[in-house]
Amino acid sequence: MKRTLEWQIAAVKSITPETPKVKTFTLTLPDWTPHRAGQHYDVRLTAPDGYQAQRSYSIASEPERRGEIDLTVERLEDGEVSSYMHDVLVPGDQIEVRGPIGGYFVWEAGMGGPLLLIAGGSGVVPLMAMIRHRAAAGSTIPTRLLYSSRTPEDVIYSNELEKLRATNTGLEILHTFTRAQPPGWTGYARRIDNQMLSEVVKPLGISPQTFICGPTLLVEAAANGLVQIGVKSGQVRTERFGPSGGTA
Amino acid sequence: MADRFISRGFVGKRRQTEATNRVPPGQHAVSDFPVLSAGPTPRTRLDQWTLTIEGLVREPVRWTWEEFLKLPAQQFVVDIHCVTKWTKLDTRWEGVSVDTLFEHVELDRKAMVVTAFSDGGYTTNIPLPEIINGQAFVAYTYDGRPLAPEHGGPARLVVPHLYFWKSAKWVRGLRLMEKDKSGFWESLGYNNHGDPWKEERYAGD
Repeated sequence: MKRTLEWQIAAVKSITPETPKVKTFTLTLPDWTPHRAGQHYDVRLTAPDGYQAQRSYSIASEPERRGEIDLTVERLEDGEVSSYMHDVLVPGDQIEVRGPIGGYFVWEAGMGGPLLLIAGGSGVVPLMAMIRHRAAAGSTIPTRLLYSSRTPEDVIYSNELEKLRATNTGLEILHTFTRAQPPGWTGYARRIDNQMLSEVVKPLGISPQTFICGPTLLVEAAANGLVQIGVKSGQVRTERFGPSGGTA
Repeated sequence: MADRFISRGFVGKRRQTEATNRVPPGQHAVSDFPVLSAGPTPRTRLDQWTLTIEGLVREPVRWTWEEFLKLPAQQFVVDIHCVTKWTKLDTRWEGVSVDTLFEHVELDRKAMVVTAFSDGGYTTNIPLPEIINGQAFVAYTYDGRPLAPEHGGPARLVVPHLYFWKSAKWVRGLRLMEKDKSGFWESLGYNNHGDPWKEERYAGD
């Protein structure tokens, strides 16, 4: 890992809308190196006068896809880089990136399981890389994704998740919808709490390898809740993004 | 840099000029206080909390929470810079300078590096010359309130001139060492030193 991570100029191959606020950017990299599911890339924008802005975005694609990566990006209201990517970028454009980065919030099929993935909103992105990698590697490690969204329209990768679930290779998807639910919905319809965590963990045994990504409040609730119900702290890896919801 | 890459159609949201020279390259100022940590937030009871200075010192020293609060404290207003690209200006802390802590031990002349260690097993390494002379403190209030657990409470190291992962949350001690030893993030691809003004984000930067 002592090799310097050089900036490289990627080409925007395609842009796919996922939800009203979320798009996936498929980038072709001249200097592609295989990543580990869960890692991220840095994106750097440069204005003609030299002004620069940088952000980090999780890789959504599996490392088995050579030569290109998917970055799934939520457009933030006051965003600088996300709004540029959503509003300005078109296929054929170039964009400067470097990566892959991060060596802790990663899962590879060889690390085993069972696997518990907990996502809030676009926090599903690095977990999707793990799910796609799991599928590409032919893994049947028991895996449960607990995915909290405001409404069904906010679910990213909805169709693909359903297809992967339907392959019957040990992947289960549990949604919770905190603001609006589909008609006739009988699943979870509240924020993640310890009761929900207990039910979701139970089939996986006492200490699954756990990855949690989302806004701070969700990550705090899920990570602390899991420890309270007996999951070993060292088994729980977290990644947070977005506003902290205050500085308390 | 004649052939520097320009992002087509990018203008950017310009910062207020006053603050511009306080925001390191690649960073942007935020008004909230994001939380980042690798695992669940540790909870240590204050009656079981201690802070230890150990390693290459003549006699290790250990304070209980009550003893620690009686050490001379100071107010610090500093800018902090997270490697995930956010910078927060004018953060207000209260805590004990590492200089004050070191007054209670006799450092071995061989001591060159400090490893800060925390509840939950987190570690980070800092050269000794960069943690003394008013450059670092162990904070226990933020913005006039007890430091919240998710921000590293009851007490965290604050080393504002380095990226914020060096400011170990839930700090429980400082170990003086002769040879440098990579800490948690330093072993996982992040820069060993972490100077935000030199953009030392990742290994090799």
